[in-house]
Amino acid sequence: MEKFSGKIWVLGDDIDTDIIIPTEYLALKTVKDMAPYAFSPLRPELAAQIQEGDIIVAGKNFGCGSSREQAPEIIKTLGIKCVIAKSFARIFFRNSINNGLLLIENDKLRDVVNEGDEITVTINESIEHNGSQYPITSLPQNLVDIINAGGLVKAMRKLNGLD
Amino acid sequence: MGSTIIEKIVRNNVGRDVKPGEIVTVNVDRVMIHDIFIPFVASKFEEMGFTKIWDPDKAVLIYDHLVPASQVDDTRHFRIGNEFVEKYGMKNIHRSDGICHQLMTEAGYVKPGDVVFGTDSHTTTYGCVGAFSSGIGYTEMASILGTGTLWIRVPETIKVEITGNLPANVMAKDIILKLIGDLGADGATYKALEFTGDTVEKMSVASRMSMSNMAIEAGAKCALFTPDEKTAEYCEIELTDKERDLVGDADAEYCRVLHYQAEDFVPVMACPSNVDNVKPVAELAGKEIDQVFIGSCTNGRLEDLMAAAEVLKGKHVAPYVKLIVTPASRKIYRQAVENGTMAILAEAGAIITHPSCGLCCGRTGGILTDGETVVATNNRNFLGRMGTSKVGIYLASPKSAAACAAAGKIVVP
Repeated sequence: MEKFSGKIWVLGDDIDTDIIIPTEYLALKTVKDMAPYAFSPLRPELAAQIQEGDIIVAGKNFGCGSSREQAPEIIKTLGIKCVIAKSFARIFFRNSINNGLLLIENDKLRDVVNEGDEITVTINESIEHNGSQYPITSLPQNLVDIINAGGLVKAMRKLNGLD
Repeated sequence: MGSTIIEKIVRNNVGRDVKPGEIVTVNVDRVMIHDIFIPFVASKFEEMGFTKIWDPDKAVLIYDHLVPASQVDDTRHFRIGNEFVEKYGMKNIHRSDGICHQLMTEAGYVKPGDVVFGTDSHTTTYGCVGAFSSGIGYTEMASILGTGTLWIRVPETIKVEITGNLPANVMAKDIILKLIGDLGADGATYKALEFTGDTVEKMSVASRMSMSNMAIEAGAKCALFTPDEKTAEYCEIELTDKERDLVGDADAEYCRVLHYQAEDFVPVMACPSNVDNVKPVAELAGKEIDQVFIGSCTNGRLEDLMAAAEVLKGKHVAPYVKLIVTPASRKIYRQAVENGTMAILAEAGAIITHPSCGLCCGRTGGILTDGETVVATNNRNFLGRMGTSKVGIYLASPKSAAACAAAGKIVVP
């Protein structure tokens, strides 16, 4: 089972998509152009601080708000390996799966971690923090299929006989 | 065992009974793409290897967030959109007719029982005519354009029953804000809302639209009203038996049932900077304001503008306060001119803008700065939505907003 460790950034409840990327930057040409403005209404310095392989740990309803798919794409572009939250909003959840951004629901971790802590994630098994284990529930099969195909674009390319 | 409205819509679509939690693939009746995401939809569609749209007449492209352009790069979206429409033979395109959700129902693209997806989270709006409609991202939109299908998880339903007569100073907006406050911003995540009771039966389709529009602010996947004679008149159709049957059965299973007595509602506002931070206007009274915005897909309809005009007739906007009025569509703009509403608002000192998303998405027409306060009739008060992150956004009904504009501070309408 795939296993990885990373340093965490801790965010609160209801981190909405306007916080993840404000509308004024949505007409920039690529998500790479938008990425420096990620989380800017809340923490303008955060996008520059995030390193490849870091993990976001947040409260409930992460990704609520608009349907902007740039939100998960930007988080992925910043190098975030996965987002662990107490819960996720519906559209953000679908968009993340379709872009191959790993999301893990866990309602306990957020309340015991500090920013900068290191955690270890074993996919579909558990999260480890300070010697404590937090079990992860596995995803439904149709979502696993999309992730295994490498996201929805690749799944559709396969359908069209291109890959 | 009976069925909820969403269970019936999905059953009719897939041709067999379904239960909440089941994952099914639905056939899509209509899709809506707006200007912000069309470049991404177009590139994903081609990257996926599709060469034609499954049914070009079922796709609608609407320019609204960026109309008219406020940044140089915005025009790129129109160019890419125009090329996409031309290349794939789409006929349904609106370049400056108004806000996408208003046009989807107003122009007859959505009918009761339809399954509709859009690249905007407020696509839940079309539940006002009994359609299952929900927001998705641009990658999923590209896959629907190619296949005509999408997987969904059949949602559980929260029934909201409202009975009685609303007080004169309360609008549908106050009801939905109160409900979002009670449910919380994630209280209906992945669930369907179903509105019932004589209060909603008496409501106009426009009022129902304000409520289904904001369902996403409680996380809901869709928000449904049973189609009735008002729906038929609005959609300019005769209801079929199948459409009339889109009512929650008495023995249907609901995950939660809420009951409200209409007489108990009071004017409320959602306070900065979460939509579920809802308080009675009376508790906020006296707070000074800098701007008022009346418009958006939530509250830019004729009855909203008329409600504001009724409050402002013979009055003037307070000194230092700017009142921005944005009709939701060109048709509404024309109707409001024809019936004298616009004249009243203009005399009262309103700045009237072209129909579009405008200030609601913070791109144009009244951006605010640190320390300023705005009372607005749209659907989101998130941090930085209408300017800097230190702007206080209070969401309210058109009646409340108009009363605040005249008073220069928050007042009960």
